[in-house]
Amino acid sequence: MALAQPKIDLADALLARHATPAAGAKWAETARRSAAERLRAMGGPVRRDEYWKYTDPSSLTADVAPPAALMERDGTSIFSQVDRLTIVFVDGVIDLAQSDALALEGMTIEPLSDALGADIHWAQSVYGALETRGQDPVPRPLAALNTAVAGQGLAIHVTGKVEKPVSLVYLHNDVASDAVIHHVIRLDAGAEMTLLENGPAAARFNKCMEVDVADGARFHHVRAQGRDHERRAVTHMFARLGEESSFKSFTLTVNGVLTRNEAIIEFTGDNAHATVAGACAGDGTFHHDDTVFITHDAVNCESRQVYKKVLRNGATGAFQGKILVKAGAQKTDGYQISQGLLLDEESQFLAKPELEIYADDVACSHGSTVGAVDEDMLFYLTSRGVPRHAAQDMLVLAFLDEAIQEVEDEVLANAIRNRLGGWLERRSNSGL
Amino acid sequence: MLEISNLHVKLEEEDKQILKGVDLSVGAGQVHAIMGPNGSGKSTLSYVLSGRDGYEVTEGGATLEGQDLLDMEPEERAAAGLFLAFQYPVEIPGVGNMTFLRTALNGQRRARGEEEVNAAEFLKLVRARAKELQISDEMLKRPVNVGFSGGEKKRNEILQMAVLEPKMCVMDETDSGLDVDAMKLVADGVNALRSEGRSFLVITHYQRLLDHIKPDVVHIMADGRIVKTGGPELALEVEKNGYADILEEVA
Ligand SMILES: Nc1ncnc2c1ncn2[C@@H]1O[C@H](COP(=O)(O)OP(=O)(O)OP(=O)(O)O)[C@@H](O)[C@H]1O
Ligand SMILES: [Mg+2]
Repeated sequence: MALAQPKIDLADALLARHATPAAGAKWAETARRSAAERLRAMGGPVRRDEYWKYTDPSSLTADVAPPAALMERDGTSIFSQVDRLTIVFVDGVIDLAQSDALALEGMTIEPLSDALGADIHWAQSVYGALETRGQDPVPRPLAALNTAVAGQGLAIHVTGKVEKPVSLVYLHNDVASDAVIHHVIRLDAGAEMTLLENGPAAARFNKCMEVDVADGARFHHVRAQGRDHERRAVTHMFARLGEESSFKSFTLTVNGVLTRNEAIIEFTGDNAHATVAGACAGDGTFHHDDTVFITHDAVNCESRQVYKKVLRNGATGAFQGKILVKAGAQKTDGYQISQGLLLDEESQFLAKPELEIYADDVACSHGSTVGAVDEDMLFYLTSRGVPRHAAQDMLVLAFLDEAIQEVEDEVLANAIRNRLGGWLERRSNSGL
Repeated sequence: MLEISNLHVKLEEEDKQILKGVDLSVGAGQVHAIMGPNGSGKSTLSYVLSGRDGYEVTEGGATLEGQDLLDMEPEERAAAGLFLAFQYPVEIPGVGNMTFLRTALNGQRRARGEEEVNAAEFLKLVRARAKELQISDEMLKRPVNVGFSGGEKKRNEILQMAVLEPKMCVMDETDSGLDVDAMKLVADGVNALRSEGRSFLVITHYQRLLDHIKPDVVHIMADGRIVKTGGPELALEVEKNGYADILEEVA
């Protein structure tokens, strides 16, 4: 089917809008050019696309990023209790002066521009490559755009078991910033790392991350998308998992008018594990969309999707999650749960769980629920003297905790809990 | 302590009258028992007193130490000193027993303008009470009532009561589901709490609990009313002959 002209025009407009990044090595320029071609071939995203039916992409594709006011900071950082290597981006631009030295035993970390500028670099096998694999069967035009125009980001090569988490802090200082960041990460066989991300990042943020996890390697990812109410973000996380590898990613989202988080995971080696989980608490104009696609193309792999959203004052949560089990991917264990907790009748939770299975010996289950706070529980708590708002907060935290429990590290899980508790407290103090 | 007068209650959602003029007066330090056939309105009375949604008071009222109970939110009633041990305690996954109980205690204290109990004091208090009721540390650590057996849930209700030290304790069939030894534990727990300033309203079907917790007054409830009031001997009569004679007599 021929592409509609507006989608082609939109693709061109998106490509034209971004400043050309500093020229890279030949292979990098080729990768960028072919990403631009991909985008032109698939067209820019519009609301009528099936894949965008819950989320209107127009503010993500508009010529100018809608401005986002800076919220007052209390100076605390969610991961400040964690011993970590911190790398700071300000409105999408790496700030080496504010960052720790890019050195940690068991890995190399470079700014993306250095990696793309090198004639011979491991990143060649990852940059744009996993993104390309993730474009089929569903196009992800804003990821292709990212590959085509990104000049900022990191190239992380993990060769051993890294003790300290690498913590990426995305500061937002410019109300009109329109940031594009692309990270490429490769974990060699048996390597391990934990990646932390937090911060509002920009008024509009397009982030793409490609993670290549070799045999027996372990990647652990915890992200907190904060705080500025008006920020917008579209993020893609592409992962390729080798034999007996493990990939665990958790995202907390509070605030932000629009967030679309896509996770595209492919099992290529047997006996591997992947968990993607998310907890979000949304209020008012908040719109949050988790879009997940997990492809099982290997034997005896386990995948878990656990998504929980608490919504109030007209907030919207969406979830599109798919498990594709290819022929031959026997003994697949796929699990998916998505749940919405609505604190009032104005809020809504939209879910589209999908299973597509071409192997016969698999165990896949999915469930999706939406409901209100349990009145019996609320009464039980208040009848003991717990104030109503505190009782509701307790039930909200309990609900979200099922997703937070997917974070193995207790220090990190507690950091998430604290952040949520603080958010709830600020809300009840401000009378919402 | 607790004065209920001519209390009429219907369901909010449907036109169903459940309490049809309940009169009851529990003096300070007293233990009253309510018995009555299934469906007569005993639990409804306890829910209305503690402020559960879904009921509409069409006539009459209830006061606790002179304060209008029905005007208050559930948490305000708790702070005023009312406690309901539920017939069916609710399981709350994800909310820890200890966090819950501490938030409840401090919520009440704050509402009364008292100082909050710090974590260490609280732990000490709960541990001591839990020990008396043979509730293990492991149970304390679990989410509220989750995975508790029927009897364990009832003991947990009494633990909460012992920690919160209410003035007016309403116990809805706390004995059901308890084995003989647990019944003794619970009764001992209740008896330890008995004092001049604390009253009990014990809803039960069985004399056995009343062997341990000696009531001052026994009421029989039927079809939404208190139809007969007497001394402890009334409970023995019910145990022996059932309700038929009593209901016939008042009809
Ligand atoms: N929410 C409700 N919806 C419909 N009927 C109700 C509701 N609540 C109470 N009832 C009815 O009101 C009546 C009284 O119920 P209640 O639970 O108070 O009885 P009870 O005396 O505690 O009985 P039991 O001894 O079995 O515990 C019953 O007929 C019950 O079915
Ligand atoms: Mg009952």
